[in-house]
Formats: sequence, structure tokens, C-alpha cells
Amino acid sequence: MAKTLFEKVWESHVAADLGEDVTLLYIDRHLIHEVTSPQAFEGLRLTGRTVRRPELTFATMDHNVPTDDRFNIKDPVSKAQIAALQRNCDEFGVTLYNLDSEHQGIVHVIGPDLGITLPGMTIVCGDSHTSTHGAFGTLAFGIGTSEVEHVMATQTLRQTKPKTFKVSFDGTLGPGVTAKDMILKLIGEIGTAGGTGHVLEYTGDAIAKLSMEERMTICNMSIEAGARAGMIAPDETTFDYITRESRPFAPKGAALEAAIADWKQLPADPGAVYDRSISINIDELEPQITWGTSPGMVTNVSGLVPNPGDVPGYNASDVEMALDYMGLTPGTPMTDIKVDTVFIGSCTNGRLDDLRRAANVLKNHKVAAGVRLMVVPGSEDVRRQAEAEGLDDVFKAAGGEWRFAGCSMCLAMNPDQLAPEERAASTSNRNFEGRQGKGGRTHLVGPEMAAAAAVAGHFVDIRTWA
Amino acid sequence: MQAFTEVRGRIAPLDRANVDTDAIIPKQFLKSIKRTGFEEGLFFDWRLKADGRRDPDFTLNKPRFQGAKLLVARNNFGCGSSREHAVWAVIQGGFTVVIAPWRQEGDATVPAFADIFKNNSSKNGLLTIELSEPDVESIFQAIENHDGLEAAVDLESQTLTVLTPEEMSFTFDIDPAIKKNMLSGLDDIGLTLAHESSISTFEAEHNAQVTWT
Repeated sequence: MAKTLFEKVWESHVAADLGEDVTLLYIDRHLIHEVTSPQAFEGLRLTGRTVRRPELTFATMDHNVPTDDRFNIKDPVSKAQIAALQRNCDEFGVTLYNLDSEHQGIVHVIGPDLGITLPGMTIVCGDSHTSTHGAFGTLAFGIGTSEVEHVMATQTLRQTKPKTFKVSFDGTLGPGVTAKDMILKLIGEIGTAGGTGHVLEYTGDAIAKLSMEERMTICNMSIEAGARAGMIAPDETTFDYITRESRPFAPKGAALEAAIADWKQLPADPGAVYDRSISINIDELEPQITWGTSPGMVTNVSGLVPNPGDVPGYNASDVEMALDYMGLTPGTPMTDIKVDTVFIGSCTNGRLDDLRRAANVLKNHKVAAGVRLMVVPGSEDVRRQAEAEGLDDVFKAAGGEWRFAGCSMCLAMNPDQLAPEERAASTSNRNFEGRQGKGGRTHLVGPEMAAAAAVAGHFVDIRTWA
Repeated sequence: MQAFTEVRGRIAPLDRANVDTDAIIPKQFLKSIKRTGFEEGLFFDWRLKADGRRDPDFTLNKPRFQGAKLLVARNNFGCGSSREHAVWAVIQGGFTVVIAPWRQEGDATVPAFADIFKNNSSKNGLLTIELSEPDVESIFQAIENHDGLEAAVDLESQTLTVLTPEEMSFTFDIDPAIKKNMLSGLDDIGLTLAHESSISTFEAEHNAQVTWT
């Protein structure tokens, strides 16, 4: 029978069928960070259990990490959490990229960077944006702390098989329109629960043309469409990404050839059947901007802030609450919205490619008076590469802040936060109330749109950017 | 995890769709390395005003909903981050049951709860009950009309009874494995470790097949 990409990866990882629709799914790689792991390690300690395969488990510090004076963590609770991860990794023998490591960074940036993420694998992490790794044809999804402990102890998870959802993107992106706009468009179409219970499989000629970085942006936000995982079949772009640079955990030589032969078997078979499917043509796609407090509250850059009754998929009362929180009036052109802060970074758009795109827009420009621009590389490797290319000089010359690696203002667990009513253009993934700081107002956009907003002081249509 | 027994208690409304885990528990409460004390963070930004004072207008701050054990909300409850702290906060805030509606969109059924939240709930003894939109709407109406309204859940028979004078009774579907685990309260890891030989056998075959890692 013809199989989907997801079905192939799933079926090759079934360690046991436990009945009642529960599968014991084998996990190839377990990524951990400081926030969702301490209680799991404590659970192991209390029950006298160990990490079954510490060599398949990789840890980093990202959520709490200050991005300026990173070794001087002023918040004692954050500091204790960072210290706990160090202690736990030492005790249980887990590889840790700590603040001293040249490879420290956001867990979903360093996995692919280091070749830990490879096609056909199952990867989990106590973080919902684990869906990012699906860009490699990996089945990757976020889990809670109880499941983190379960994977540590057993290298498996008890799972019910999700349904499949084929998302075809066809056509060609116009100039200035990006992968971020594609995924925001999808979320606007199917809603933030549209993918719940499903694994998304992105396919079509528009996906095939994307770089790995762009594919990661798309898979990253699958969770914002409700899907725990999003996957893209590996192809020459994938193989080139894995082999082009030194990736310590990627196979080399004969092993690489064997791997590529295996990976070529992963794409969905012709005629594979999906539970649901949708097609989106992107020829006319515009840059997207969110206007509300849910990623599905999104519109075209040429659009207006909507009337509460005019938003498909949302109750008028929820839209009213969102507009009130965002301080927006229906009918306002999106390009009239002024920004106070611009955040470029995160596991969605904090890779070298994203920083290059932002720098291209910022070159020879200055940030508008009163606007704060914060650029946070996704990893220390990304930071060094960006500096080697002089991107940091572009950001600094424009008047922006160039920081060390971490999750930063994407979730504002560290000191990088919005003040109440402060409005941000952000390349991150969530515009929830309070996400970037209590009372803060977030508009999600791609890196070019964020950079242009920093210069203009308000949103602009990047397609008309000089 | 505690075994789930019958629950009876006050039912409180949260009339919002897409209640995300950042709203359930904001980031500053995720720094703890313990499993307790998260009730302080539950709906923190809604419970407290910017100046730190209690917001008397927030539904769950109203005296009539204090001590509630059941919470009813709208679709896509628990979306967003995977933080299990959200489930811990809901439980430590006194709730044992969350009720939300699924939605029908064309041919597709949009589940009531986000996947990871639902999964995390089942590992901690928080029962998530999915009902139709009209059923959930009728519960919101009943709460509006009856001060101090209580409800009861019998997981064995998969029944929710809202204790209005005429009693509104709803049966709900639940994944049989989740039901069994919640009723037994057994430790998942312990159950899985009983399959250690299957895991080892699979692992040996998997390692032999995937030669390139």
C-alpha cells in the first residue's frame, strides 16, 4: 500500500503495539533544555531510574539565558534552573551545550546545525516548537515533562497514531514574500486548531524550491496550526544542507552514502492517502502580519484591521477582546500601525539565512527614532558566522542591538521583555497576550518585514521597499 | 498520578476560545524546578491587574466561583507551548475537570483541546471532557442562571451531570487507554518498563538497520 512520509517514519519506529490504539514509539533523539526537564530528572532520582540512552540525549540552555551579560544571571530563580540543568546533565551523563559552549543556542537551531537532526528519525523535546525538525523528513514533536521523563527512562513514548494532513503549496513566491508568510497564510486558512490531531505533510513545487532554513520556519509553526508535527520529505536540498558544512553528528563518507540511499526512500509514495488535504497557491501571496492575539488572527500587508464580526473562525467577542488588548481600531490600514520594538530572532527566524535577509533590508538605513531593534542569533554558531560576514556591523550601524544567542523576547523568560502596551514587530511564533511581556503587543512577521518596520517606524509593504 | 475517582463540585466558566498555555501560566512561573506551587501563576495576567491588584471583573475571581473543581471554556483550550506547568497550575488551582467544545468545520472536526495539553492532562489526572458546541453553550447558560451551580463526573460511565434542578446529563467520549490509566492512576513509566524486552529487541533491530548513526 502507498504510504505517506509520516507513515514510513512512524512504522519504522513501532517498538510494540500496546493495544487500545497505543503504540510504543521508539525515539531516536531526545533534546532537552532547562525549563521542562528539572522535574523529569527529579522523577528519575525519586524512582531510582536512569537515562536509558544518554548518548541519544542532548541538552542546551536557551529559554532563560540573558542575551547581553550572559554569565551574570541576575534572576536567582533563572540562575537556579540553569544550574540544575548543569547538575542533572553531569549526574546522568547527558551531553550539554552550556553557556561556555561554542555550540550553545536555541535547541531547535542547534539540532539541525550540529547534524543531530537527520531525516527519517523520531525526535522529541519538551518544547512545542520541536516541529521545526520535521523540515528534514523527521517525525519531531513537542512533549510535556512527564513524557520527557518517560523518554529518559525508556527511550520510547506511548502514542496514539495521529492522522495525516497534506498541505500542498504551489506557485512562486513574489519578491519580498517569504516562508513565514506561507505558514502564517496556512494558519489563517485552517485556524490555530485546524491541524490538531494531525501531522502536517508539506508538499508541492513551492516547498521543493525552499531552502532548509525556510522549510524549518514553516515546520516550526505547524504547532501554531494545532499540529504537533509538520514534515517535509528530504531531497537534494536536504542532503546538501547536511553535507555542505561540518556537522559533527552527521554521517560522513560511506555512512553518508548509505544514509542518503535510505533517506531517498522516505518521500510519500505516489497515491498515498491522507485523512485531510488542502492546496494553497502562493503566486499572489502577500506579506502577512498578525493583528490579534492568536496566530490565526492574520491578514495581508495591504489589509485593514478587521471588524470583530468579519473574522472567520473566531467569535466576535474573542476578536473584540483581542483588538482591545492590541489597542487597535477596525479599519486601520496595517501599514499605519507604528512599532516601538523590533525583535529579530527565535527558533522560527533566528538562523543565519534570516539574519542575512534582515541585514539586506537594514543595510545603509537607520532605525527610526524611538524604535528599539534587537537582533538575537539563534545559536552561538550562528552568531559567529553572522559576525564573520559582517552582519553584526550592519545591525549596529543601523542602530540595533546585537545580542548573544537564546530564546530571548520570543517568550521573554529572560530580561528581554516588552513593557505594557509596547508594540513589537516580531519574527517569532506567538502573539498571545503577554507572550513577550505582560501587556505587550506582538505582531508576527518575517525578517524582512520586521527590519523594514524598524526603519520606517511602522509596518511597510516590503514589496515596495526601495 | 492519583487515580481519578468521581468528582462533584462547583463549575466555573471561562468564556474564551483559544485559551493558550501562556495565559494559563505565564513564563515567569516556569523557572521553578519543583512540581508544586504553580497555583499562584494560574491565569495570572487575567487574575491580576497591571498594578498587581486582584481584578474583580475576572470571572474566576468572583466569589460565586471560588473553590470550583470543574472549568468550562471554549474551543482549542491549552493551545501553544508544551509546558506541563499549565496542567499543574490548573490542578493545583483546584480543578479536576476541564470541559470544552469541539467544532465542526465543513468535513473536519476541530478537537476541543490542543494535543499536548490534552496529553499532559492525562498524565496528571486532569480530565478533559469534549462536548458539542450546543452542549457547552447550554452549560454556560446554566451557570449564568444558577448561582453556585455544581456538576458531577463519573468517569467509569463517561457521564457529566450538571446539577441544575432538572439535571442536565451528558455522556462524553474518551480514549480508552486514557480512561484506563486515569482510573488506575498507574505510573506510565512503570507500565512501559514492563515491555523492556520489546524495547531492547526493537532497538537491536533498529540499530542493525540504521547503520549510519
